[in-house]
Amino acid sequence: MPLLEVKDLHTSFFTRDGVVRAVDGVSFELNAGETLGLVGESGCGKSVTALSLMRLIPMPPGKITEGQIVFDGTDVLQMDDDDVRGIRGNNIAMIFQDPMTSLNPVLTISRQISEALELHLKMDRSEARKRTTELLELVGIPSAGKRLDDYPHQFSGGMRQRVMIAMALSCNPKLILADEPTTALDVTIQAQILDLLKNLAREFRTAFILITHDLGVVAGMTQRIHVMYAGRIVEKADTGELFANPKMPYTWGLLRSIPRLDERRKERLVPIEGLPPDLIAPPPGCRFEPRCQYRRDLCREREPELASVPGAKPDHQARCHGTQAGGWLVDLDWRSEIGDVRVLEEIKQEVAAVPAEAARLGAADLTPREGP
Amino acid sequence: MATITRPLAGQERAAELNVLVRKQRSLWQDAMYRLVRNKAAMVGLGVIILAGLMAIFAPFIAPYSPTAIPNAANPTINADPFWTGTKYVDPRYLFGTDEIGRDILTRLIYSARVSMIIGFVPVALIFLIGVSVGMVAGYAGGWTDQLLMRITDVVYAFPDLLFLLIIMATLRGTDIGKFGGGLPLMFVGIAIVNWVGMARLLRGQVLSLKEKEFVEAARCVGATPIRILVRHLFPNAIAPAIVAVSFAIPSAMLTEATLSFLGIGVIPPTPTWGVMINDGFVVFSTSPWPVLLPAFCIAIVMLSFTFLGDGLRDALDPRMKI
Amino acid sequence: MLSYVIRRVLLMIPTLFFVAFITFVLAHSAPGSPFDKNQNRPLPEATIERLNRLYGIDQPIQNQFVLYLNNLVHLDLGSSLVKDRTVADIIGSEFPVSAQLGLQALFIALAIALPLGIVSALKQNTGIDYASLLFATIGTTIPAFVIAIFAIFLFGVNLRWFPFIGWGNGCGPLPSCDLKRMAMPTVILSLGAMAFLTRITRASMLEAIRQDYVRTARSKGLREQVVIVGHVVKNAMIPVATIIGPATAGLITGSFIIEWMFNVPGLGREFVLSINRRDYPLIMGVYMLYATLIVIANLTVDIVYGWIDPRIKLGR
Repeated sequence: MPLLEVKDLHTSFFTRDGVVRAVDGVSFELNAGETLGLVGESGCGKSVTALSLMRLIPMPPGKITEGQIVFDGTDVLQMDDDDVRGIRGNNIAMIFQDPMTSLNPVLTISRQISEALELHLKMDRSEARKRTTELLELVGIPSAGKRLDDYPHQFSGGMRQRVMIAMALSCNPKLILADEPTTALDVTIQAQILDLLKNLAREFRTAFILITHDLGVVAGMTQRIHVMYAGRIVEKADTGELFANPKMPYTWGLLRSIPRLDERRKERLVPIEGLPPDLIAPPPGCRFEPRCQYRRDLCREREPELASVPGAKPDHQARCHGTQAGGWLVDLDWRSEIGDVRVLEEIKQEVAAVPAEAARLGAADLTPREGP
Repeated sequence: MATITRPLAGQERAAELNVLVRKQRSLWQDAMYRLVRNKAAMVGLGVIILAGLMAIFAPFIAPYSPTAIPNAANPTINADPFWTGTKYVDPRYLFGTDEIGRDILTRLIYSARVSMIIGFVPVALIFLIGVSVGMVAGYAGGWTDQLLMRITDVVYAFPDLLFLLIIMATLRGTDIGKFGGGLPLMFVGIAIVNWVGMARLLRGQVLSLKEKEFVEAARCVGATPIRILVRHLFPNAIAPAIVAVSFAIPSAMLTEATLSFLGIGVIPPTPTWGVMINDGFVVFSTSPWPVLLPAFCIAIVMLSFTFLGDGLRDALDPRMKI
Repeated sequence: MLSYVIRRVLLMIPTLFFVAFITFVLAHSAPGSPFDKNQNRPLPEATIERLNRLYGIDQPIQNQFVLYLNNLVHLDLGSSLVKDRTVADIIGSEFPVSAQLGLQALFIALAIALPLGIVSALKQNTGIDYASLLFATIGTTIPAFVIAIFAIFLFGVNLRWFPFIGWGNGCGPLPSCDLKRMAMPTVILSLGAMAFLTRITRASMLEAIRQDYVRTARSKGLREQVVIVGHVVKNAMIPVATIIGPATAGLITGSFIIEWMFNVPGLGREFVLSINRRDYPLIMGVYMLYATLIVIANLTVDIVYGWIDPRIKLGR
């Protein structure tokens, strides 16, 4: 039995402008100790998915409207509030994006870590304090014992994120959700934090879901990757398989836009034209169709299923008419063939016609806690 | 993030320009639109305009003279307003008369004049002094700025009303104080205690704005400091100052009312709502209307300004708080 | 921390010196004051002699100012021109009443404003929120003396629920009589501060509640009450604490209007009366006292602020 089983999750935000379907039918599984990367642009629903797992969606305006989240054999969505609180911080812990704002400025570090220890592990104050010191040492905070009574503002960004990791690990959770844990940090610090996270998760045998917009970040971190777009999972594969043999034009776009320092490449970075769709009224067919330079009429008419694709491992699934059996992209080499130039021009013109502000509002504002 | 969604360079530039152009063109229009949609603010504005018209056309609206006693030979003292229906109602005086027989309606109307003058003259002074000093101090920095900050510290240390009280109490009997029914002294007093707040506000605005790229750009093309202040900084710093003005006006009116109520504001018989309350307060428990009516007027005008001020604040900058 | 406090206390001195200077200059330019050379008000022989001794009126003006400062330092505020008492004596006997009124009002304001602001923010956009917003708007907008007029008319004259003249001090056999007498002045004095504090508390709570650290606290599995009390309120109280200084200043200036209206035998009423009687030594003395109190209140708030907000580094 998997540790976590998400079935057909729907989370919506009920705003004045309409119902924003931030997560629209997401399903996936995660085994104990397994690591998973959830990748996609800002506003694609990855953070909302994570918050839904812990039932931390702000209500109102948000609401989980459909689906099941079976964690350790129990559906989180059917639990009463007390049981959910028993899971939060205890069995599932979360690391948030911005360590500068995610720690309470007026409470000491030890207080903030001890809180969960006292609550879930029933430790008394001195035990919790002792454990806090150990945890801070574990995440690599120098002279941890002396820094217990410091406040967050006395730590640097990287150190604060270490504190957040210590907090997440404090009750030995079975699952850690890391939501863009390094986006707010300096590049040099990012690698350190990612290493720390990976090593600790291995040591503690904790499963984790790493949420990021950057495919480069998950490359060495997770066993599997799910790519999300506009509230849906559009491609699922093992990490190696996904990088070697991606089967969805959106993933191609993501891969093309990763800057690579280790490899001289002939092609320049190619961005994906346009912006994610309005989640109040998503496109009727494939959600990526308006930005896809390989599109055909079929894409606009009918949304493709998430299904196995020819020429790939059996557990590799993609949501694309073109790469599915009999499609026009099955044999395409995405590295050399960047698509129909005329379609690219069309897309550029369509994008230019949309007022920049309106488009940005449509994409970013509706899922406020997502993305940099 | 950026590498993924960023459109091509030229296009991004166009998109940015598009946003900038749209913003500049429509900032004031947007604010106006939001303000007009705010019902409370519009009601407030309506009342203020009404009071303003009342003040301007007082001699044409008011039935009597504000200081004279009608039928002085045989005055009607303490007549009740018509809605009370008592035997003391006198149809010649709709709102009744005060304790020496002056018509209350007339005095209420004329009081609006003093309130409007008090609301606008000292606030204009505050605006002029505060904006120029604040902007220069913020832009020049150095000792100018230090001096301003030290003065503000001292003035902030004690509350304006107390300071005004002592000014009015000591100078009211002098020739300066008696001049113009005590109004000019009050203008100056109100301006002295309030300009620092405005200066501090503008200083903060300029401090944050002067680091922005558009100021640097203007400096690069050789704009003089004066031109930068007037053409670049002023239009960008002005919105909070307008909001501050919309709150300074009722506060100045209230200061006048309070001082006059305590008997050290406008010198009687010039009618103001504060003076009327002071006149009638001694016999308030037996004859309440000469006091209640001006109190109502103060309350309504104050509320109107608050509604308008809140509306302006929300319209000009929805992020501003309190 | 200690050096900060000492520095702030020392900084009070120039401020108070400035206040003393202003009052001195103003009193000198006032007609009918003891310093007025062309006396248009005859003073009793004894008073003039006492003034000469106290202020050295026959001496050059800068010497007079030094003498005045010297007297101030020794808490010698001179004598009332109207009453045959020293200013210090009058302050000593009447200030306790004002202090009681002010502290009661501050206590009531805090006791109602904080819970009201918190509840209003937690129940944003509900009936109770709108009601408290309406109260906050009216209370901060309509001046206390206007509210007092309506209150006296309604509860004093018409309904006769509360007396509206005088102050406690055993007006009848039952303590309830004292309480009833104190009710109107105290509550009306507190309204302005109460409304202002409610508004600040609500805004500050709304600001704190949508911070990221609140989500972090929830993600730890804390109960909602613990999240609100331990994380949200603790942060939201910091801006509120800074407002208590200005609120206290407002209570002090409000108190003399309220005392005068309700005939409360306190220093505030004495101040208004002395202004109308041109009793300059009393005006100056009371003004110095009030200015000092306000400076101390602001200082206290600044120190408390540094104490409750760990991000503020005192001493720098």
